[in-house]
Amino acid sequence: MTVIVEQAELTALFERLPGLVSADGDLVRRGALCNAELEAGIGDAMYYLRVAAGRVAVLERQPRLVRPWQFAIRGSAEAWRKFWAPVPDPGWHDLSALTKRGAVSLEGDITAYMTHLQFFKDMFALPRRLVSARR
Amino acid sequence: MTAKFEPIVGRYMTLSLGGREHRLYFEEAGQGIPLVCLHTAGADGRQYRHLMNDTAVTQHFRVLAFDMPWHGKSLPPVGFEREDYVLTTKSYTEMIVTFCDALDLVSPVVMGCSIGGRIVLNLAIEHAQRFRALVGLEAADFQEGWYDTSWLNRADVHGGEICAALVSGLIAPQSPDESRHETLWMYKQSGPGVFKGDLYFYRVDGDLRPRIKEIDTAACPLYLLTGEYDFSCAPEDTQRTVRSIAGGVDVTVMKELGHFPMSENPARFREYILPVLDRIRRQGAEEEPQEIEKKRGTR
Repeated sequence: MTVIVEQAELTALFERLPGLVSADGDLVRRGALCNAELEAGIGDAMYYLRVAAGRVAVLERQPRLVRPWQFAIRGSAEAWRKFWAPVPDPGWHDLSALTKRGAVSLEGDITAYMTHLQFFKDMFALPRRLVSARR
Repeated sequence: MTAKFEPIVGRYMTLSLGGREHRLYFEEAGQGIPLVCLHTAGADGRQYRHLMNDTAVTQHFRVLAFDMPWHGKSLPPVGFEREDYVLTTKSYTEMIVTFCDALDLVSPVVMGCSIGGRIVLNLAIEHAQRFRALVGLEAADFQEGWYDTSWLNRADVHGGEICAALVSGLIAPQSPDESRHETLWMYKQSGPGVFKGDLYFYRVDGDLRPRIKEIDTAACPLYLLTGEYDFSCAPEDTQRTVRSIAGGVDVTVMKELGHFPMSENPARFREYILPVLDRIRRQGAEEEPQEIEKKRGTR
């Protein structure tokens, strides 16, 4: 199985997110009413994302910039590495499984996250496609 | 006529539950040992349609699945608009026993999933003598909650969408898309507050840890099967549960399955459930006639 080992590899995968979302017509269709500003922690790397009408309009790495966001989702490198495995192991296969086990945390007002829960679950899973394609 | 009919037949019945009349819908297929199937919280009996269309099952078992009141095609009782739906251990147990009695089912097998798996444990505690065998899918005496159930019924969040999204991760990645989305569709169709009301039993009222030791598997065989991808009722939850039961219980961890084995991947599930049903059938053949009579007498 292809294994992601480096933090740099994780961030490179995540930074492909805007293109992955736009290429997924079904996800964009389902997210048509989804608009949100969020922060995402991919291991040590912190990102600001603005989702507009189901697309990632802005994705910027921002180590220190104070900026408004509605909610944050932060996961350890191990969490994203296992979550993006082509066939994730039990308990590492779903964002809610990761929050239950404490490998991913949610902060802030998570109403937008919960309102569009399936959209966000599917969006954050998209880098898995890149890992699977390497096999 | 060119219609391709399935062997499943649906009917409506009136049942008195908790002193109130309920119009209950149920489906059945097959002949032989009664096998009553209990659906998961916030869903309905359609989850068992594949089992009911499986001749390997229906040639030996009369498979029945009812939609709980407030679910599927069963209506809430008159006056429901002035109350919040809440399922309790008592009301759930009464529902199953009353359904079996209304149809004169003799020594039925009961198989339940999730909340259905939990209540099967309570049937083993309180009514073991009434049943030929009990099968718990994704069953444990207690599980830790992993989200606030207030999300399930509020005006600013679509109830169907969030119920389906929350449970979607409980389906194994290997399950076919077709079955995954059919499973989720039932959650999207559920009435407002119904999933939440079911979870009152699961999270609050139905903690069976204090009573689990009362189960006597000599009185009624118990089979527990849990999918490896179920992180709501994880295999460890089931295994922990049986450690409290004297005499031990047959626990199977089902590979590449999650919380909805019978509907998320019917082909995979039958590999696990057919051997269990065979054992239950053989158990019947080995049982002395007077034992069966004794069970009839306790009804």
